[in-house]
This record gives sequence, C-alpha cells and structure tokens, in this order.
Amino acid sequence: MGTHDNHTHNFTQEFEFTGKAKTWSLIAIVVGVLAIAFGLYTNAERTFANLLLMSYYFTCVCAAGLFFICLQYVAQAGWSAGLLRIPEAFAKVLPIASVILIIVAASGLLTHNLYHHWHQEGITEVGNPNYDPIIAGKASYLNMPFFLTRMVLLLGIYSIFARVITKFSNNEDLEGGLSSYKKNFKFAIIFLIIFGFTTPLWAFDTIMSLEAHWFSTMFGWYNFAAMWVSGLCTITLTVILLKKSGYMTWINENHLHDLGKFIFAFSIFWTYVWFSQFLLIYYANIPEETVYFYKRWEPAYKPWFWVNIVINFLAPILILMTRDSKRQMNTLMFVCIMLLCGHWLDYYMMIMPGTVAEHRGFGIIEIGTALGFAGLFTFLMLTQLSKKSLVSSNHPFLQESLHHHI
Amino acid sequence: MSSTKYILGHFEDPDDMMHGIDKLQENNIGIYDVFTPMPIHGIEAKLGVKRSRLPIAAFCFGITGTFTAFSMIYYMLVYDWPMNIGGKPSFAFPDFIPIMFEMTVLFCAFGMVGTFFFANHLFPGRAPRVMDLQATSDRFVIAIDAKANPFPDKIDGLLKEAGAVEIKHNDRKYVSYE
Repeated sequence: MGTHDNHTHNFTQEFEFTGKAKTWSLIAIVVGVLAIAFGLYTNAERTFANLLLMSYYFTCVCAAGLFFICLQYVAQAGWSAGLLRIPEAFAKVLPIASVILIIVAASGLLTHNLYHHWHQEGITEVGNPNYDPIIAGKASYLNMPFFLTRMVLLLGIYSIFARVITKFSNNEDLEGGLSSYKKNFKFAIIFLIIFGFTTPLWAFDTIMSLEAHWFSTMFGWYNFAAMWVSGLCTITLTVILLKKSGYMTWINENHLHDLGKFIFAFSIFWTYVWFSQFLLIYYANIPEETVYFYKRWEPAYKPWFWVNIVINFLAPILILMTRDSKRQMNTLMFVCIMLLCGHWLDYYMMIMPGTVAEHRGFGIIEIGTALGFAGLFTFLMLTQLSKKSLVSSNHPFLQESLHHHI
Repeated sequence: MSSTKYILGHFEDPDDMMHGIDKLQENNIGIYDVFTPMPIHGIEAKLGVKRSRLPIAAFCFGITGTFTAFSMIYYMLVYDWPMNIGGKPSFAFPDFIPIMFEMTVLFCAFGMVGTFFFANHLFPGRAPRVMDLQATSDRFVIAIDAKANPFPDKIDGLLKEAGAVEIKHNDRKYVSYE
C-alpha cells in the first residue's frame, strides 16, 4: 500500500555519473561525430537535414522538460515534486541545445543546404530567373536576418527562463521556505504564456519553412504535441532507468501511472492535431495545401506515413489503455522507447520530403546522427543531474508526492 | 434469536474508524460495508474491495458507438444514397472519423452514467437507500452483518474499544429519505 508505509528515503542521494552510462554516451557522441563528418563529406544536404532533425528534437525535449516544470508549478501539483529534478536537468541543458540548433539552422541557411526554398539569390527580385512571387510575398517575414533574429530571440528567452527557474529551485535547497516556490510560480506563469504563443512560430520557422510555399496553422500545435509527448517519454524513461539502477526509492508505481496517463493522453492529442491538419487539407482539396501530403504519399514515403500513425497512435493507445500496463515499469519503458523512435519518424516525415525529397535514405548518416545526439543529450543531462541531490528536499509538496496514491 | 440485522458502529474520527476495521479483522469479524462522508485513501485495499469494472463497460460502450457511427454513415453515404461531395469517392473514410469519434464519446459517456446509476440503484423516482443517514454528513460508519456474525456483545465491545461514539442495532437494512 502506497499511502501509509514509512520507508526512510535518502533525500540527499546524488546521482553518480560514472561507469556504463558515461562510457556509452561518450561512445555514442564519437559515433555521431564520425557519422556526421562522413555525411558532410559524401552528402551534405542529407546530413544537414538529419542535423536539423536531431538538433530540433534535442532542443524540443529540453524545452518540454522546462514546460513540464512550469506546468507543475502553475497547477500547484504535488504528485510530481519528487521527480522534478529530472526535467530540471533537461532545462539546464536547454541553453546548450539552443546554441546547437541555432548553429545548425544558421549554417544550413548560409551554405544553402537548408531553407534554400526561400533563401536564394534573386528569389524576391522581379525579372530574375529565380524570382518566385509566392516567396516574394512572404519575404517580409521569411528573410535571413529576421529568421535568425527570431530564432535567437525565442530560444534565448526559453534558455533564460530555464536558468532562472532552475536557479530558484536550487535556492530552495539552500534556503528553504516558500519564497523560491512563489517566485517560480510567477515565472512559470509568464513562461507558459510566452511559450504557448511562440512555439508555433518556432515550429513554423524551423520546420515548416523548409517547404515555404505551403502553410498550415495547425502545424505549430502539431509540433508542440510531438514535443510534449517525446519530452514526457524521455522524462519517464529517465525515471525508470534511474529507479532500475537503485536511485529514487520514493518514486513508485503511482507516479509512473500518472506519467503513463500523460503519455497516453498526449499521444491521443498528437493524433488529434495530426488528423485535424490532415482532414482539413483532405476535405478542402486545394492544390497548394494538398502538395504537403502529396509529397508524403509518394512511394518513397507512403509506407512510413502509415507506420507513423500506427507507432504514435495505435500502439500507445492499445498498450497503455489498461491501468496495469501503466503501472508496470517494463511495459511503460517499452512504450517510451517506441514513442521516442516514433517521434523521430514523425520529425523525419516532416523534414525529409521538403529537403532531400525522393533521395531520402536510412543508413549510417541517419542512425549515426540520431545516436550522436542521443549520446550528447544523455551525457549533458546526466552531468547536470549529478550536480544536485535527486530531490529538492525543501519542496513544499514533497510530502504529498511521497504519499501519492491513485 | 434477536431481530437485529445489522450492527452499525459510528465514529467521529476516520483514524478511529480505520483502527476499528483493524480490530474487527483481527477478530475475524466480517465487515459488510463502510460508509464515510469523504474518500479515504487505502480503504479499498484494507477492506479487500475489488476494483470497479466500469472501465471495461466504458470500453464496450465506446466501441459500440464507433461501430454504430461507422455502420450508419456507411449505410447512408455509401450504400443507400451515394452522393458526389467534392469529387471524392463515396467511401471517403477520413470524413467518417470525426463522427465516429463523437459517437464513441457519446455512447461511452451515456453508457457509463447509465451503468453507474443501474449499479447504484439510482434513478428518477427512486428514493435513495442508505444504511445510516448520518454517514452522509459527519459520521464514519462501519456496518456488520449481525446474522453472519454471532456474539453481538463482542462486536459492540470491539467497536467501543476502538472509539465508537454510538452503536446501533438495526432491524431493517435501509433507512430511506422520507
């Protein structure tokens, strides 16, 4: 029974980042660097598409960690108080992830490997052979200086909030009391408002502008749903792996049940926005809109179009529907890994048809880049995690989290 | 043989009541039911109450709704009266999905409410049956089936010991709102 037990937990326990986790994450980074170097030498455009995919995925997971923390503050949620240090570690990596994403996007833009659909010589000049009236009409928004300014500004704001909120959480450890919690509550509200209005812009810029003729107002929310599901899966996976290595004794199946419910619900939400975008385009059948799905219906992508729905919707809804599967660590771990692969495929389906089109591939470049970024994330996140104790022992809702029972 | 059907132990404090449950269970006295004015964590596990099967009913109602909607739209738009809508085939499955989704939710919600009412004997015109009126305001009540458990004096003693403020020996199972 989860409510009336009197375990003694070691709240000052710190994660030790050594051994296998460190070795394998470093190996993955080396593999990634080699694969990217090989890719840049053989097929620069495809490598840049993969770099964009993984750096965007990486930044999204870190931003989702910050979003998770803020959501818990704003909801004044008690159940999650014992595991907040994990999304905090994600948020601490956000500034580094942002810098990587900005470097990838900017170098792709400047070397014409990415975004050349709207960034070319003379594309907005009337009479130029490259002239494109649609792009010219969008040029006041889609131009290089404004694009880079937006990217730096948005990711900069997110990173500043990540720093501020994790700093107050650290202060809470040192000083105790409620003042840090109250400050974070206030900052969380401000962040959620900013984040809610600006994530669509972030997704429009980074991903949607790869195919700049096409646009969809659902695209921002679609990307947000993908970000949130993959973020939740990463948080859950980290919790499970830490528990399996003997850390975080205060997290039990009730907390995993709640995380599982989150994953279940937001997988459905992802499908909901995915389908809302699809249905409107299908129903209206306007050529300038259907072009997006036309490309994804080509033989090179069609099977993956279906796999995307099966893996991100059908599988989680059927596996996670029962209560027991959410409370079993191994089932939940399997679903998390599956969904993380599924959302890689989701991003792949967003990015590849607009960049490498029918020359898409799945080989050393894709696997190597994905491994490299996964290793980089693991390394940076676990380094941050090992700096503080695994729970904020002065968190006002810690007792509620320990006695969480559903 | 006394005419007592149920023995009701009234408690004013939930911890005393939990203590009373322990006492009775230690003495192998079966508890018929427990009524509390607020939810108490862990009480189901203590009393060995089985998990509700409402989610299974919900799933069945939901899937019925999905298939009802599908059959209905299929019959209307594909079989009975095919129409040209935007040049699409009559069997335009994506268009079916929102309606299938809504019907799933509708059947599931109504079905669950109906099942809940049915299982709890709650429907219009029916006076609700309760074993003790005070259990709905401020008292924590343990009900013991007196026919199944002999030695009512021992039960009274155990309840008193645990801190019961009042013990009732009822000849009728339910009292109703009048």
